[in-house]
Order: sequence, then structure tokens, then C-alpha cells
Amino acid sequence: MIELLVNSVSIPMVAFLIVSLIMFFAGVFGFLTRKNLIMILISVELILNSVDINFAVFNRYLFPEQMEGLFFALFGIAIAACETAVAIAIIINIYRRFGNVDVDNVNKLKG
Amino acid sequence: MDFSDFLYMRSELSLLIVVIFLLLYDIIAGKKSMVYFQPIAIVLFAIHTIVTIIPYGTGEAFGGMYQNYPMMTVVKSILNIATFIVFLQAKNWFDTDKFKNERGEFYFLTLITLLGMYFMISSGNFLLFYIGLEMASIPMATLIALDKKNLKSAEAGIKYILSAAFSSGIMLFGISYIYGTSGTLYFNDLPQLIHNTDPLQIMGFVFFIVGLFFKISLVPFHLWTADVYEGAPTNVTSYLSVVSKGSASFVLMTLLYKVFVNLIVEWQTILFWIIIISITLANLFAIRQKNMKRFLAFSSISQAGYILLGIIGGTAYGMTTLVYYIFVYVFSNLAAFGVISTIENKSGKLNIDEYKGLYSTNPILSFVMMLAMFSLGGIPPFAGFFSKFFIFSAAAQQGFYLLVIIAVLNTIISLYYYLLVIKAMFIEHNEKPIPAIKSDTYSNVGLVICSAGILLVGIFSFFMESINQYSFGI
Repeated sequence: MIELLVNSVSIPMVAFLIVSLIMFFAGVFGFLTRKNLIMILISVELILNSVDINFAVFNRYLFPEQMEGLFFALFGIAIAACETAVAIAIIINIYRRFGNVDVDNVNKLKG
Repeated sequence: MDFSDFLYMRSELSLLIVVIFLLLYDIIAGKKSMVYFQPIAIVLFAIHTIVTIIPYGTGEAFGGMYQNYPMMTVVKSILNIATFIVFLQAKNWFDTDKFKNERGEFYFLTLITLLGMYFMISSGNFLLFYIGLEMASIPMATLIALDKKNLKSAEAGIKYILSAAFSSGIMLFGISYIYGTSGTLYFNDLPQLIHNTDPLQIMGFVFFIVGLFFKISLVPFHLWTADVYEGAPTNVTSYLSVVSKGSASFVLMTLLYKVFVNLIVEWQTILFWIIIISITLANLFAIRQKNMKRFLAFSSISQAGYILLGIIGGTAYGMTTLVYYIFVYVFSNLAAFGVISTIENKSGKLNIDEYKGLYSTNPILSFVMMLAMFSLGGIPPFAGFFSKFFIFSAAAQQGFYLLVIIAVLNTIISLYYYLLVIKAMFIEHNEKPIPAIKSDTYSNVGLVICSAGILLVGIFSFFMESINQYSFGI
């Protein structure tokens, strides 16, 4: 068990950062290409979660004596939940009108 | 335990008392006493504005988490005045049967966003800054989608919340790299740990600043603006265009001045191009708008570009001119939106073409609109001219001559489209102009305050001087 713990710490920090970077850009890509409002919301969540990974990893590896990064990650999760709740509420309102949540319907406002 | 830290937070505490009182009133009060809800809300908020209007001392609370400077109190007072005018204009809107049930929510949500902006302005740590930012933007989405039966409102709401979440995600990603390279989130400790030799830090900074540009809606990040402004209820749009934008640009300035001092070369380059693109493109797009709200959306994007001219110099004088510009912009923009919302509430008309011949039926409303357009465009006797002049001089003092010349040329383009509205109202004829409108006392008071602001703030040097004595540079 202890050996497992030590091994997990020996993963280089860059590995975690690459994972979070991939998550971040997957989120950006999804946000720009997806046609379903729920999928867009999931992509935004992906971005916010990649940020949480970053904070936790930086805190654990570089500044383990303070807890700032972990607290930021916790607050980030809570606020992301609030954001999702409001977005879902508005999406439900749109769903009641159209019966689906496709972005192609949401195009009444044009210049 | 020492509670003296709370003394620095008196604006927040006072606003919190108003918020909680109004929330309880909305929950407890019956149908009969809800008639008095709006007058009580307006009076309470006016008392809050007056109580906290005097700037008070420099100080920190909670180990540097919360900072207060007299300048921040000045900005909060300006936001208070703007919110007060928005409340006056919204009274009429909530007297209609359609929106009767939403009035409690409107006041509550608006004040919560204002509280979030207070925290954002006074934050001394990225965590509090982020919480304040989200506190300002999540209730804002619900405000935009307040008109539940209207599909445009819901569409604007979803567009706002998704782009706000996306931009705050990008901003957080930047903050995480700033944290990773410096090891702290406190604004007091960061300046010594930020260097322009660290590429990761610069990347974090760029990601971070992009998130704020989304909030101020500058050009490469402005795509949500026009749709949200058009879809949102008019009173919410006026709140969004003035209060949200003003607070975000002030926060951008304090952050650049205090935290990212060492990256001054980088952010001056970024701001230089952003200002040029914002002002020019927004002006060109504003010319071809037919809807008044979309038109003012693009006008507000170009105004945001002008606001940034105060930041780029990095001087104390730049801060004075920026706050003064926001102060004048509050009156000019709210006068325009006041007229629009009055006309929309009574006749439902929003297009510039429908404003033709407005002068023949509603001379006073068209006169106020004319004042607003002249002030936004920067015609001399009005306040808008002085704010533009000061902000140009702030940038020119630091040697940004090319930028100032481009901005001045753009002022001429902007005059063209501001005068188009005036031409439609005063010169062009219309068989069926908008019938004579009798606006209620509350919106009249709001329009009188705005007109007085446009006429007096520029001429009396008192405002500029009193802002000037609190400003600080890099």
C-alpha cells in the first residue's frame, strides 16, 4: 500500500498538466463545434474541471505547505455547480418551447 | 475576536442589509402590501447610496483578502447611482400585469449582482475576485432570461450564461498557471513574483486577461453582446451595459496597475491592438444596425474601447479619466435607455425607422435622446466631450499619439451613426409616428437626473477634481 502511494507521487507533474491541458482544449473544441446545448454545457464543465486539476496538482507538487490551490479547486467546483444549475434552468425553458435543445433553433436574434 | 475588519466593508454590509430586507419583504408580504414594494426598494437603495457615498480610508481586511481604497468607494458610489437610475426606470415596467410577479426577483437579483461587483472591485485575492465575478454574472443570466414567456429572452440568457462560463473557464485556466508559477493568490504578494521572463506566466496572464475582456465585451470577444442586449428586457440591458461594464473595466485597471506591473510592456501591446480593433469594428457594425438596442450594443463596445484608453498610460491621471468617463457614460447611456424603455413599454416599438417623426409627438423624449446621443458622440457643451477629451489627453501624455489619432478619427464615424438617430427623430417625416407618450413620475425623475448629469458633470470641475484626489498610478 505504502509502495503504491510512493509510486503515485513519483508520476512527474508534467503528466498531470498534460492531462489537464488536453481536457481544457477538448472542452474548447466541444464548446465551439457541438450542436446540442447540453453537450456545450458539458464542454464548459470539462474546461472548469481541467482548471481544478491544475490547482490541485500545483498545490500538491510545488507548494505543499499551503492549501490555497486546493481551496480554489473546491470553490471552483461549487461555483461551476451554480453555473450549471442556472444554465440547465434556462435550457429547460427552451426545451418547453421546441421539444429539443438544438442550437439551430436558438437563432431568433440576428443582426 | 476582532470585528474591526468589518468596518472597511461598510458598503457591502449596508447593501447586504437592503438585499435581505427586500428578500424577506418579497416572501412575507401579501398582495396588498406588494404595491409598496418598489417605492420601498427605491427609497432603501437611495438611503444606502447616500450612506456610503463618502469615500473612506485605505485598509485591508481578513489578511489581505479584502482591500479597500477611497477610489474603490468612489466607483461603488457611481455604480450605486447607475443602479438607482435603472430602478427608477424599471418601476413602470413592473407595473404592467405581465411582469407583476417578477418584480421581487428583479430587485433581489440586481442587488446581488451589485454585491458581487463590490466584492470583485475590492478583492485582494484571486479567489475572492473569482467569487465576486461569478456572483455578478450568474444572477445576471437569470435577469436576462427574466421574461420567461419570451423566447428571445431565454435565447439571450443561454447565450450569456454559456459565454460567461466559457470565459471564466479560460480566465481560471490563466489564474491556475499564475498560481503555479508564483505560489500565491494574494494581490499584495504577486507583483514581486511576476516577471516578464517567464513564458508560462505570460501565457497565464494572457488567458486571464481574455476572460476579463469577455466581460467588458471588447472586439474579438464581443460576439455575445449584440444578441444579449437585444434579447434581454430593456431595463436589464441598461443595467448590463453600464454597471457590469463599468465595474469590469475598473477591475481590469486595478489588476493591471497593482498585480501585473512587471508585465507592463506586454499589456500595453495587447491593449493597443484591442483598442484599435474594438473602436473601429464596433463603429462600422453600429452603422448598419436597425434595432435601437443592437445599435446601442455596438456603441457600447466602441465606448468600452475608449474606456481602455485611460488604462494604457498606467498613470494616476489615467485612473481619474477612466472613472470620470464611466461616470459620464452612466448618465448618457442611461438617458438613451430610459427613453427607449419608456417608448417600448408604451408602444412596443424598437426600430430606428419607427422613431421617425418622434419630435412631432414627443418633443421632450426626443430632446433627452438628443442630449444622450450628443453626449455619447462627444459634442462640446455636454459631459461626453469632456470625458473623451480627458481620456485622450491621458493616453497622449504617455506618447500614444497614433492610438489617439485613430480614436479621434473614430469619433467622427461614431458621430455619423449617433446623428442618424437624431435625424430620424427630428428631420424625417412619418405618416404614423409613435403616439404621444405620457411617462410616469419615476421614469421622469430618472430622465431628469440623467439630463442634469449630462449637462452639469462636464461643466463643473468639482466632479473631476474630487475623483482626482483619490486616484493612484503604478
